[in-house]
Amino acid sequence: MITKMTHVNIFVLDQESAYDFYTNKLGLKVITDVPMGNGARWLTVGTPGQPGFEINLTPVKEGMLHSKETAEALRELIKKGTFGVGIFTCQDIFATYEEMKAKGVEFTKAPTKEFYGTEALFKDDSGNWFSLAQLN
Amino acid sequence: MINEQYPKIYLYRRLVQAKLFIDAHYADNIDLDNIADEAYFSKFHFIRQFKSIYRKTPHQYLISVRIERSLDLLKAGTPVTEVCYTVGFESLSSFSGLFKRIVGITPSIYLLRQQKIKEEIGRSPLTFIPGCFAEKNGWLKKEQF
Repeated sequence: MITKMTHVNIFVLDQESAYDFYTNKLGLKVITDVPMGNGARWLTVGTPGQPGFEINLTPVKEGMLHSKETAEALRELIKKGTFGVGIFTCQDIFATYEEMKAKGVEFTKAPTKEFYGTEALFKDDSGNWFSLAQLN
Repeated sequence: MINEQYPKIYLYRRLVQAKLFIDAHYADNIDLDNIADEAYFSKFHFIRQFKSIYRKTPHQYLISVRIERSLDLLKAGTPVTEVCYTVGFESLSSFSGLFKRIVGITPSIYLLRQQKIKEEIGRSPLTFIPGCFAEKNGWLKKEQF
């Protein structure tokens, strides 16, 4: 039976820019970074608190994965902020929020108290959005 | 609720700036007393507040940043002695000792292992990638079986 999820995929507009965003601004660690030739690159990052869980950053391009029309449509959807990917948690939301802001991360909602904890919303460099939460 | 916390934002900002300062200047001979002053804290208060947020004292955090950076340099194949001084340690023995305590193996063994992994990636990159992704991306050759 299924025991775990080990990989998840996030579509990004530019892999190099995403690499900078997720490692330098969010502080995620590179797990695998393998050039595949023809400019392709298998790149995964992970959170410090979840060894064994990999986030794959896939650039949206016309090619084997997507037709030209699909790639264009997907890029537009990403830019528009269609994809709310998930929730990142932290120990101290105000310190994390201040640091991410200082590094240039764009927040669409400042830390706000909810019944489950305190939560902020931010976007990555492509337009994908995430919740940043400190849970009760 | 946020209003109760609001004055604390300025406190957080000063501590975050101190942490970012350590992130940027880890290789230098940082004077943590100076950082406390810049953040307008007494040294005792600074250490306590810093630890409450980052779970490490400023000194422990500085060491952890240096060791983290040393991992990147070792991964890139930089010799151990060069790494030691580049990240700001003053002696090879203190670097090796701290590295072993935090990472679990000596810097030399880490360097060797990373070199082996790199060679493996060069030889057969596909072993590092889940087959489904490789196939969808067109990286798998048809005659796999």
